[in-house]
Amino acid sequence: MSTHYFDHVATTPLREEALEAMLPYLKEDFGNPLSQYEAGARAKAAIEEAREKVASLIGVRPSGIIFTASGAESNNFAIRGAALARQDKGTHIVVSKVEHHSILNPARFLEKSGFVVSYLPVDEHGLVDPEVLRKSITDETVLVSIIHASPEVGTIEPIKELAAVAKERGVLFHTDAVASAGNIMVDVGELGVDLMSLSAHQFGGPKGAAALYVKEGMRIVPLIYGGIQESGRRAGTENVPAIVGMGRAAELAASEVADNAKRLTKMRDRLIEGILKVPNVHLTGHRTKRLPGHASFVVEFIEGEAMLLMLAAKGIYVASGSACSSKALKASPVLLSMGVSASLAQGSVVFTMGGESTDEDVDYAIEEFPKVITRLREISPYAGGWGGQEESG
Amino acid sequence: MYSEKVMDHFMNPRNVGEIENPDGVGEEGNPTCGDVMRISIKVEGDRIVDAKFKTFGCGAAIAVSSMITEMVKGKTLDEALSISKQNIADELGGLPAQKLHCSVLGSDALRMAIEDYRSRQKK
Repeated sequence: MSTHYFDHVATTPLREEALEAMLPYLKEDFGNPLSQYEAGARAKAAIEEAREKVASLIGVRPSGIIFTASGAESNNFAIRGAALARQDKGTHIVVSKVEHHSILNPARFLEKSGFVVSYLPVDEHGLVDPEVLRKSITDETVLVSIIHASPEVGTIEPIKELAAVAKERGVLFHTDAVASAGNIMVDVGELGVDLMSLSAHQFGGPKGAAALYVKEGMRIVPLIYGGIQESGRRAGTENVPAIVGMGRAAELAASEVADNAKRLTKMRDRLIEGILKVPNVHLTGHRTKRLPGHASFVVEFIEGEAMLLMLAAKGIYVASGSACSSKALKASPVLLSMGVSASLAQGSVVFTMGGESTDEDVDYAIEEFPKVITRLREISPYAGGWGGQEESG
Repeated sequence: MYSEKVMDHFMNPRNVGEIENPDGVGEEGNPTCGDVMRISIKVEGDRIVDAKFKTFGCGAAIAVSSMITEMVKGKTLDEALSISKQNIADELGGLPAQKLHCSVLGSDALRMAIEDYRSRQKK
Protein backbone atom coordinates (compact mmCIF):
# COMPACT_ATOMS: atom_id res chain seq x y z
CA MET A 1 0.00 0.00 0.00
CA SER A 2 1.31 3.43 -0.88
CA THR A 3 1.42 5.88 1.99
CA HIS A 4 0.37 9.51 1.89
CA TYR A 5 1.54 11.44 4.91
CA PHE A 6 -0.76 14.34 5.78
CA ASP A 7 0.29 14.84 9.39
CA HIS A 8 3.18 17.28 9.21
CA VAL A 9 1.70 19.15 12.13
CA ALA A 10 2.41 16.05 14.27
CA THR A 11 5.94 15.78 12.95
CA THR A 12 7.87 15.94 9.70
CA PRO A 13 10.21 13.34 8.25
CA LEU A 14 13.87 13.98 9.04
CA ARG A 15 15.68 15.55 6.09
CA GLU A 16 18.40 13.32 4.66
CA GLU A 17 20.84 16.24 4.79
CA ALA A 18 20.07 16.78 8.48
CA LEU A 19 20.68 13.10 9.22
CA GLU A 20 24.02 13.23 7.35
CA ALA A 21 25.06 16.28 9.36
CA MET A 22 24.10 14.54 12.61
CA LEU A 23 25.82 11.21 12.06
CA PRO A 24 29.41 12.22 13.01
CA TYR A 25 28.11 13.55 16.34
CA LEU A 26 26.39 10.25 17.05
CA LYS A 27 29.62 8.42 16.28
CA GLU A 28 33.20 9.63 16.45
CA ASP A 29 32.52 13.26 17.42
CA PHE A 30 30.83 12.37 20.69
CA GLY A 31 32.65 14.95 22.81
CA ASN A 32 31.02 17.08 25.49
CA PRO A 33 30.96 20.72 24.36
CA LEU A 34 32.24 21.77 27.79
CA SER A 35 35.37 19.61 27.58
CA GLN A 36 38.60 21.57 27.30
CA TYR A 37 40.22 19.48 24.58
CA GLU A 38 39.85 18.94 20.85
CA ALA A 39 36.70 16.74 20.89
CA GLY A 40 34.92 19.19 23.17
CA ALA A 41 35.95 22.12 21.02
CA ARG A 42 34.59 20.41 17.91
CA ALA A 43 31.24 19.75 19.58
CA LYS A 44 31.11 23.34 20.84
CA ALA A 45 31.87 24.69 17.38
CA ALA A 46 29.13 22.48 15.89
CA ILE A 47 26.57 23.89 18.32
CA GLU A 48 27.59 27.46 17.60
CA GLU A 49 27.35 26.85 13.87
CA ALA A 50 23.84 25.44 14.38
CA ARG A 51 22.96 28.47 16.49
CA GLU A 52 23.91 30.78 13.64
CA LYS A 53 21.73 28.83 11.22
CA VAL A 54 18.71 28.75 13.52
CA ALA A 55 19.16 32.46 14.28
CA SER A 56 19.33 33.21 10.59
CA LEU A 57 16.06 31.34 9.94
CA ILE A 58 14.17 33.84 12.11
CA GLY A 59 16.37 36.86 11.44
CA VAL A 60 18.06 37.32 14.82
CA ARG A 61 21.58 37.33 16.26
CA PRO A 62 22.90 33.92 17.37
CA SER A 63 23.24 35.09 20.98
CA GLY A 64 19.44 35.32 21.19
CA ILE A 65 18.96 31.58 20.59
CA ILE A 66 18.69 29.21 23.56
CA PHE A 67 18.53 25.54 22.59
CA THR A 68 15.97 23.40 24.39
CA ALA A 69 14.68 19.86 23.97
CA SER A 70 11.18 20.53 22.62
CA GLY A 71 8.67 23.15 21.58
CA ALA A 72 6.83 22.44 24.81
CA GLU A 73 9.97 23.20 26.81
CA SER A 74 10.50 26.45 24.91
CA ASN A 75 6.90 27.48 25.61
CA ASN A 76 7.09 26.57 29.29
CA PHE A 77 10.41 28.38 29.54
CA ALA A 78 9.01 31.53 27.90
CA ILE A 79 5.83 31.71 29.99
CA ARG A 80 7.30 30.82 33.35
CA GLY A 81 10.72 32.33 32.81
CA ALA A 82 9.55 35.71 31.52
CA ALA A 83 6.67 36.07 33.99
CA LEU A 84 8.69 35.06 37.04
CA ALA A 85 11.53 37.42 36.05
CA ARG A 86 9.04 40.30 36.11
CA GLN A 87 6.80 39.48 39.03
CA ASP A 88 8.03 42.52 40.96
CA LYS A 89 6.58 44.67 38.13
CA GLY A 90 3.22 42.92 37.93
CA THR A 91 1.47 39.56 38.04
CA HIS A 92 -0.88 39.63 35.06
CA ILE A 93 -0.30 37.74 31.82
CA VAL A 94 -2.41 37.48 28.67
CA VAL A 95 -2.74 34.45 26.38
CA SER A 96 -5.35 33.43 23.81
CA LYS A 97 -7.86 30.62 24.06
CA VAL A 98 -6.29 28.90 21.06
CA GLU A 99 -2.84 28.36 22.53
CA HIS A 100 -1.11 24.98 22.67
CA HIS A 101 -1.31 23.05 25.96
CA SER A 102 2.34 23.89 26.56
CA ILE A 103 1.28 27.55 26.87
CA LEU A 104 -2.06 27.05 28.62
CA ASN A 105 -0.78 24.65 31.27
CA PRO A 106 2.17 26.79 32.42
CA ALA A 107 -0.28 29.73 32.44
CA ARG A 108 -2.47 27.70 34.81
CA PHE A 109 0.61 26.94 36.89
CA LEU A 110 1.23 30.69 37.17
CA GLU A 111 -2.40 31.19 38.21
CA LYS A 112 -1.86 28.78 41.06
CA SER A 113 1.26 30.75 42.01
CA GLY A 114 -0.68 34.00 42.34
CA PHE A 115 -0.67 35.37 38.81
CA VAL A 116 -3.84 36.49 37.04
CA VAL A 117 -4.24 35.17 33.51
CA SER A 118 -6.53 36.59 30.80
CA TYR A 119 -7.59 34.16 28.08
CA LEU A 120 -8.45 36.15 24.96
CA PRO A 121 -11.38 35.00 22.82
CA VAL A 122 -11.06 34.46 19.06
CA ASP A 123 -13.46 34.98 16.16
CA GLU A 124 -14.94 32.15 14.08
CA HIS A 125 -11.68 31.88 12.10
CA GLY A 126 -9.59 31.61 15.25
CA LEU A 127 -8.20 35.15 14.96
CA VAL A 128 -7.34 37.29 17.98
CA ASP A 129 -8.44 40.93 17.63
CA PRO A 130 -5.64 43.42 18.53
CA GLU A 131 -8.31 45.73 20.02
CA VAL A 132 -9.40 42.96 22.38
CA LEU A 133 -5.77 42.53 23.40
CA ARG A 134 -5.44 46.29 23.96
CA LYS A 135 -8.39 46.27 26.35
CA SER A 136 -7.05 43.30 28.29
CA ILE A 137 -3.71 44.93 29.15
CA THR A 138 -3.49 46.56 32.58
CA ASP A 139 -0.70 48.23 34.54
CA GLU A 140 -0.06 44.81 36.07
CA THR A 141 0.50 43.05 32.73
CA VAL A 142 4.03 41.72 32.25
CA LEU A 143 3.68 39.25 29.38
CA VAL A 144 1.48 38.51 26.36
CA SER A 145 1.75 35.21 24.49
CA ILE A 146 -0.18 34.57 21.27
CA ILE A 147 0.40 31.62 18.99
CA HIS A 148 1.80 32.49 15.55
CA ALA A 149 -0.04 29.78 13.60
CA SER A 150 -2.48 27.23 14.91
CA PRO A 151 -1.49 23.61 14.31
CA GLU A 152 -5.14 22.65 14.61
CA VAL A 153 -6.88 25.09 12.28
CA GLY A 154 -3.91 26.59 10.43
CA THR A 155 -4.90 30.21 11.10
CA ILE A 156 -2.02 32.69 11.15
CA GLU A 157 -2.51 35.37 13.81
CA PRO A 158 -1.80 39.07 13.12
CA ILE A 159 1.31 38.90 15.33
CA LYS A 160 2.79 42.16 14.02
CA GLU A 161 -0.33 44.11 15.05
CA LEU A 162 -0.71 42.24 18.34
CA ALA A 163 2.95 42.69 19.29
CA ALA A 164 2.69 46.41 18.48
CA VAL A 165 -0.17 46.73 20.98
CA ALA A 166 1.94 45.08 23.68
CA LYS A 167 4.93 47.25 22.85
CA GLU A 168 2.88 50.45 23.21
CA ARG A 169 2.22 49.42 26.80
CA GLY A 170 5.77 48.24 27.43
CA VAL A 171 4.69 44.64 27.81
CA LEU A 172 6.81 41.68 26.63
CA PHE A 173 5.42 39.65 23.76
CA HIS A 174 6.06 35.94 23.14
CA THR A 175 4.83 33.95 20.17
CA ASP A 176 4.70 30.19 19.83
CA ALA A 177 6.03 29.78 16.29
CA VAL A 178 6.43 26.00 16.51
CA ALA A 179 3.97 25.34 13.67
CA SER A 180 5.10 28.28 11.54
CA ALA A 181 8.90 28.63 11.77
CA GLY A 182 10.48 26.90 8.79
CA ASN A 183 7.10 26.63 7.04
CA ILE A 184 6.44 30.30 6.36
CA MET A 185 8.77 33.31 6.44
CA VAL A 186 9.23 34.22 10.07
CA ASP A 187 11.19 37.35 10.88
CA VAL A 188 11.46 38.39 14.51
CA GLY A 189 12.30 41.99 13.63
CA GLU A 190 9.33 42.36 11.32
CA LEU A 191 6.94 40.73 13.77
CA GLY A 192 8.32 42.81 16.64
CA VAL A 193 8.25 40.02 19.23
CA ASP A 194 10.54 39.67 22.25
CA LEU A 195 10.42 35.89 22.58
CA MET A 196 9.72 33.10 20.11
CA SER A 197 9.51 29.30 20.36
CA LEU A 198 10.43 27.04 17.47
CA SER A 199 10.97 23.32 17.07
CA ALA A 200 13.24 21.34 14.73
CA HIS A 201 10.98 18.40 13.93
CA GLN A 202 8.37 20.75 12.51
CA PHE A 203 10.66 21.63 9.60
CA GLY A 204 12.59 18.49 8.76
CA GLY A 205 14.91 18.44 11.76
CA PRO A 206 15.11 15.76 14.44
CA LYS A 207 12.95 15.45 17.54
CA GLY A 208 14.72 16.51 20.72
CA ALA A 209 15.98 19.88 19.50
CA ALA A 210 14.10 23.15 19.73
CA ALA A 211 14.86 26.75 20.56
CA LEU A 212 13.63 29.77 22.40
CA TYR A 213 14.61 33.15 21.05
CA VAL A 214 15.04 35.73 23.81
CA LYS A 215 15.58 39.40 23.03
CA GLU A 216 19.03 40.70 23.87
CA GLY A 217 19.43 41.94 27.42
CA MET A 218 16.15 40.47 28.57
CA ARG A 219 16.16 38.63 31.87
CA ILE A 220 14.57 35.19 31.97
CA VAL A 221 14.39 32.78 34.91
CA PRO A 222 15.73 29.34 33.92
CA LEU A 223 13.51 26.32 33.86
CA ILE A 224 16.47 24.01 34.40
CA TYR A 225 19.20 25.02 36.83
CA GLY A 226 22.64 23.46 36.81
CA GLY A 227 25.73 24.14 34.76
CA ILE A 228 26.70 26.99 32.51
CA GLN A 229 25.38 25.59 29.23
CA GLU A 230 23.45 28.07 27.08
CA SER A 231 25.01 30.96 29.07
CA GLY A 232 23.54 29.54 32.27
CA ARG A 233 19.99 29.90 31.02
CA ARG A 234 19.39 26.23 30.24
CA ALA A 235 21.56 23.71 32.05
CA GLY A 236 22.24 20.17 30.87
CA THR A 237 24.68 18.61 28.46
CA GLU A 238 23.61 19.66 25.00
CA ASN A 239 21.98 17.18 22.61
CA VAL A 240 24.73 17.88 20.10
CA PRO A 241 23.55 15.63 17.23
CA ALA A 242 19.97 16.91 17.43
CA ILE A 243 21.10 20.53 17.62
CA VAL A 244 23.36 20.02 14.59
CA GLY A 245 20.41 18.43 12.76
CA MET A 246 18.23 21.38 13.69
CA GLY A 247 20.84 23.76 12.33
CA ARG A 248 21.07 21.94 9.00
CA ALA A 249 17.25 21.72 8.72
CA ALA A 250 16.97 25.44 9.52
CA GLU A 251 19.52 26.25 6.83
CA LEU A 252 17.55 24.21 4.27
CA ALA A 253 14.22 25.65 5.39
CA ALA A 254 15.54 29.20 5.11
CA SER A 255 16.57 28.65 1.49
CA GLU A 256 13.44 26.71 0.48
CA VAL A 257 10.65 28.29 2.51
CA ALA A 258 9.51 30.80 -0.11
CA ASP A 259 9.23 28.25 -2.92
CA ASN A 260 7.76 25.59 -0.66
CA ALA A 261 5.12 27.93 0.69
CA LYS A 262 4.09 28.91 -2.83
CA ARG A 263 3.86 25.29 -3.97
CA LEU A 264 2.07 24.08 -0.83
CA THR A 265 -0.44 26.92 -0.95
CA LYS A 266 -1.54 25.75 -4.40
CA MET A 267 -1.77 22.14 -3.24
CA ARG A 268 -3.65 23.18 -0.12
CA ASP A 269 -6.17 25.21 -2.07
CA ARG A 270 -6.77 22.31 -4.43
CA LEU A 271 -7.20 19.93 -1.48
CA ILE A 272 -9.64 22.31 0.23
CA GLU A 273 -11.63 22.69 -2.96
CA GLY A 274 -11.73 18.92 -3.48
CA ILE A 275 -12.70 18.06 0.09
CA LEU A 276 -15.39 20.75 0.28
CA LYS A 277 -17.20 19.08 -2.63
CA VAL A 278 -18.40 16.53 -0.09
CA PRO A 279 -21.70 17.82 1.31
CA ASN A 280 -21.86 19.00 4.93
CA VAL A 281 -18.13 19.44 5.31
CA HIS A 282 -16.81 22.79 6.56
CA LEU A 283 -13.37 24.37 6.52
CA THR A 284 -12.04 25.33 9.96
CA GLY A 285 -9.75 28.32 10.40
CA HIS A 286 -9.26 31.21 8.03
CA ARG A 287 -9.61 30.58 4.29
CA THR A 288 -6.48 32.51 3.27
CA LYS A 289 -4.65 33.59 6.44
CA ARG A 290 -3.50 30.04 7.06
CA LEU A 291 -0.39 27.85 6.92
CA PRO A 292 0.51 26.91 3.33
CA GLY A 293 0.25 23.14 3.78
CA HIS A 294 -2.69 23.16 6.17
CA ALA A 295 -6.26 22.09 5.38
CA SER A 296 -8.58 21.40 8.32
CA PHE A 297 -12.25 20.55 8.37
CA VAL A 298 -15.20 19.44 10.42
CA VAL A 299 -17.33 16.75 8.83
CA GLU A 300 -20.94 16.53 9.95
CA PHE A 301 -22.57 13.35 11.30
CA ILE A 302 -19.41 11.31 11.83
CA GLU A 303 -16.55 11.19 14.29
CA GLY A 304 -12.90 12.10 13.72
CA GLU A 305 -11.09 9.08 15.10
CA ALA A 306 -13.17 6.77 12.92
CA MET A 307 -12.25 8.92 9.90
CA LEU A 308 -8.59 8.89 10.89
CA LEU A 309 -8.53 5.07 11.20
CA MET A 310 -10.37 4.47 7.97
CA LEU A 311 -8.13 6.91 6.09
CA ALA A 312 -5.07 5.24 7.66
CA ALA A 313 -6.31 1.90 6.32
CA LYS A 314 -6.06 3.52 2.86
CA GLY A 315 -2.55 4.78 3.59
CA ILE A 316 -3.65 8.36 4.27
CA TYR A 317 -2.31 9.64 7.58
CA VAL A 318 -4.14 12.62 9.09
CA ALA A 319 -4.88 14.11 12.53
CA SER A 320 -8.13 14.84 14.34
CA GLY A 321 -9.07 17.10 17.22
CA SER A 322 -12.10 14.99 18.16
CA ALA A 323 -12.73 14.03 21.79
CA CYS A 324 -12.36 10.33 21.01
CA SER A 325 -8.99 10.79 19.36
CA SER A 326 -7.63 12.71 22.36
CA LYS A 327 -6.31 10.81 25.33
CA ALA A 328 -8.29 13.16 27.59
CA LEU A 329 -11.53 12.43 25.66
CA LYS A 330 -12.29 16.14 25.51
CA ALA A 331 -13.52 18.06 22.50
CA SER A 332 -10.96 20.43 21.03
CA PRO A 333 -10.88 23.69 23.05
CA VAL A 334 -9.63 25.46 19.91
CA LEU A 335 -12.70 24.50 17.85
CA LEU A 336 -15.07 25.20 20.74
CA SER A 337 -13.57 28.66 21.27
CA MET A 338 -14.19 29.38 17.57
CA GLY A 339 -17.88 28.69 18.13
CA VAL A 340 -17.94 25.19 16.61
CA SER A 341 -20.57 23.08 18.42
CA ALA A 342 -19.35 20.13 20.49
CA SER A 343 -20.96 17.57 18.15
CA LEU A 344 -19.53 19.17 15.05
CA ALA A 345 -16.11 19.34 16.70
CA GLN A 346 -16.24 15.52 16.88
CA GLY A 347 -15.95 15.48 13.11
CA SER A 348 -12.57 17.24 13.08
CA VAL A 349 -10.01 16.14 10.50
CA VAL A 350 -6.70 17.87 9.80
CA PHE A 351 -4.56 17.42 6.67
CA THR A 352 -1.07 18.94 6.78
CA MET A 353 1.50 18.76 4.00
CA GLY A 354 5.21 19.47 3.87
CA GLY A 355 8.24 19.59 1.64
CA GLU A 356 8.00 16.00 0.37
CA SER A 357 4.23 16.11 -0.26
CA THR A 358 3.24 15.74 -3.89
CA ASP A 359 0.32 16.53 -6.20
CA GLU A 360 -0.32 12.79 -6.32
CA ASP A 361 -0.88 12.81 -2.55
CA VAL A 362 -3.53 15.49 -3.03
CA ASP A 363 -5.17 13.58 -5.91
CA TYR A 364 -5.32 10.41 -3.83
CA ALA A 365 -6.79 12.19 -0.79
CA ILE A 366 -9.44 13.94 -2.89
CA GLU A 367 -10.37 10.60 -4.45
CA GLU A 368 -10.45 8.50 -1.29
CA PHE A 369 -11.79 10.94 1.31
CA PRO A 370 -15.39 11.02 -0.01
CA LYS A 371 -15.54 7.20 0.07
CA VAL A 372 -14.59 7.15 3.75
CA ILE A 373 -17.16 9.82 4.54
CA THR A 374 -19.89 7.96 2.66
CA ARG A 375 -19.03 4.71 4.41
CA LEU A 376 -19.07 6.23 7.90
CA ARG A 377 -22.27 8.14 7.21
CA GLU A 378 -23.90 4.84 6.25
CA ILE A 379 -23.10 3.68 9.77
CA SER A 380 -24.15 6.94 11.44
CA PRO A 381 -27.64 7.44 12.87
CA TYR A 382 -27.41 11.12 11.86
CA ALA A 383 -26.91 10.67 8.12
CA GLY A 384 -30.21 12.46 7.54
CA GLY A 385 -29.38 15.34 9.89
CA TRP A 386 -28.63 16.08 13.52
CA GLY A 387 -32.29 16.23 14.54
CA GLY A 388 -31.55 19.21 16.76
CA GLN A 389 -29.05 17.21 18.85
CA GLU A 390 -25.94 19.11 17.88
CA GLU A 391 -26.58 22.04 20.18
CA SER A 392 -27.56 20.01 23.22
CA GLY A 393 -25.36 18.77 26.02
CA MET B 1 -3.76 1.04 18.74
CA TYR B 2 -6.65 -1.38 18.54
CA SER B 3 -6.60 -5.19 18.42
CA GLU B 4 -6.96 -6.94 15.08
CA LYS B 5 -10.48 -7.99 16.01
CA VAL B 6 -11.52 -4.42 16.82
CA MET B 7 -10.09 -3.24 13.51
CA ASP B 8 -11.92 -6.02 11.66
CA HIS B 9 -15.26 -5.11 13.23
CA PHE B 10 -14.57 -1.44 12.62
CA MET B 11 -13.51 -1.81 8.98
CA ASN B 12 -16.12 -4.46 8.18
CA PRO B 13 -18.93 -3.83 10.63
CA ARG B 14 -21.67 -6.47 10.78
CA ASN B 15 -25.36 -5.66 11.05
CA VAL B 16 -25.25 -2.00 10.04
CA GLY B 17 -28.69 -0.55 9.54
CA GLU B 18 -32.12 -0.31 11.05
CA ILE B 19 -34.63 -3.13 11.26
CA GLU B 20 -37.91 -2.35 9.56
CA ASN B 21 -40.76 -2.58 12.04
CA PRO B 22 -38.44 -3.39 14.93
CA ASP B 23 -39.71 -4.95 18.13
CA GLY B 24 -37.46 -2.78 20.23
CA VAL B 25 -35.10 0.18 19.77
CA GLY B 26 -32.52 1.51 22.21
CA GLU B 27 -30.36 4.59 21.87
CA GLU B 28 -27.60 5.64 24.20
CA GLY B 29 -25.06 8.43 24.24
CA ASN B 30 -24.85 12.01 23.10
CA PRO B 31 -23.06 13.40 20.04
CA THR B 32 -21.57 16.24 22.10
CA CYS B 33 -19.65 13.70 24.20
CA GLY B 34 -18.59 11.58 21.28
CA ASP B 35 -20.63 8.45 20.79
CA VAL B 36 -24.24 7.56 20.04
CA MET B 37 -25.44 4.00 19.44
CA ARG B 38 -28.86 3.03 18.21
CA ILE B 39 -29.67 -0.68 18.33
CA SER B 40 -32.87 -2.16 16.91
CA ILE B 41 -33.96 -5.75 17.56
CA LYS B 42 -36.40 -8.29 16.18
CA VAL B 43 -37.77 -10.73 18.77
CA GLU B 44 -39.54 -14.06 18.28
CA GLY B 45 -40.81 -15.83 21.39
CA ASP B 46 -38.23 -14.60 23.86
CA ARG B 47 -35.32 -14.85 21.48
CA ILE B 48 -33.56 -12.06 19.59
CA VAL B 49 -33.59 -13.19 15.96
CA ASP B 50 -32.06 -10.09 14.46
CA ALA B 51 -30.19 -7.00 15.61
CA LYS B 52 -28.92 -3.99 13.72
CA PHE B 53 -27.13 -0.80 14.67
CA LYS B 54 -26.36 2.75 13.63
CA THR B 55 -23.48 4.42 15.45
CA PHE B 56 -21.94 7.88 15.57
CA GLY B 57 -18.56 7.42 17.16
CA CYS B 58 -14.97 6.33 17.13
CA GLY B 59 -13.48 3.08 15.91
CA ALA B 60 -14.10 1.36 19.24
CA ALA B 61 -17.74 2.46 19.35
CA ILE B 62 -18.40 1.07 15.88
CA ALA B 63 -16.58 -2.21 16.64
CA VAL B 64 -18.52 -2.60 19.91
CA SER B 65 -21.82 -2.04 18.07
CA SER B 66 -20.90 -4.60 15.44
CA MET B 67 -19.80 -7.14 18.03
CA ILE B 68 -22.76 -6.78 20.38
CA THR B 69 -25.29 -7.15 17.54
CA GLU B 70 -23.45 -10.35 16.52
CA MET B 71 -23.39 -11.65 20.09
CA VAL B 72 -27.11 -11.23 20.82
CA LYS B 73 -28.49 -12.93 17.74
CA GLY B 74 -30.13 -16.21 18.79
CA LYS B 75 -29.90 -15.38 22.48
CA THR B 76 -32.91 -15.18 24.82
CA LEU B 77 -33.66 -11.72 26.19
CA ASP B 78 -32.32 -12.69 29.61
CA GLU B 79 -29.15 -14.12 28.11
CA ALA B 80 -28.70 -10.91 26.11
CA LEU B 81 -29.21 -8.81 29.24
CA SER B 82 -26.47 -10.72 31.03
CA ILE B 83 -23.85 -9.65 28.47
CA SER B 84 -21.51 -7.34 30.34
CA LYS B 85 -19.24 -4.61 29.04
CA GLN B 86 -16.33 -6.91 29.89
CA ASN B 87 -17.82 -9.74 27.75
CA ILE B 88 -17.96 -7.40 24.77
CA ALA B 89 -14.44 -6.11 25.32
CA ASP B 90 -13.16 -9.69 25.71
CA GLU B 91 -14.85 -10.82 22.49
CA LEU B 92 -13.09 -7.95 20.74
CA GLY B 93 -9.72 -9.08 22.04
CA GLY B 94 -9.60 -6.20 24.52
CA LEU B 95 -10.14 -2.44 24.32
CA PRO B 96 -7.75 0.34 25.34
CA ALA B 97 -8.54 1.53 28.90
CA GLN B 98 -9.85 4.92 27.76
CA LYS B 99 -12.21 3.19 25.31
CA LEU B 100 -13.88 0.77 27.76
CA HIS B 101 -16.78 3.19 28.13
CA CYS B 102 -17.68 2.39 24.51
CA SER B 103 -18.52 -1.17 25.55
CA VAL B 104 -20.65 0.23 28.39
CA LEU B 105 -22.51 2.27 25.80
CA GLY B 106 -23.08 -0.91 23.77
CA SER B 107 -24.52 -2.91 26.65
CA ASP B 108 -26.65 0.10 27.69
CA ALA B 109 -28.10 0.59 24.21
CA LEU B 110 -28.92 -3.13 24.04
CA ARG B 111 -30.57 -3.06 27.47
CA MET B 112 -32.69 -0.11 26.38
CA ALA B 113 -33.76 -1.94 23.22
CA ILE B 114 -34.86 -4.93 25.31
CA GLU B 115 -36.66 -2.69 27.80
CA ASP B 116 -38.37 -0.97 24.87
CA TYR B 117 -39.49 -4.38 23.56
CA ARG B 118 -40.82 -5.39 27.00
CA SER B 119 -42.69 -2.14 27.51
CA ARG B 120 -44.30 -2.53 24.09
CA GLN B 121 -45.44 -6.06 25.07
CA LYS B 122 -47.20 -4.72 28.15
CA LYS B 123 -49.33 -2.35 26.11
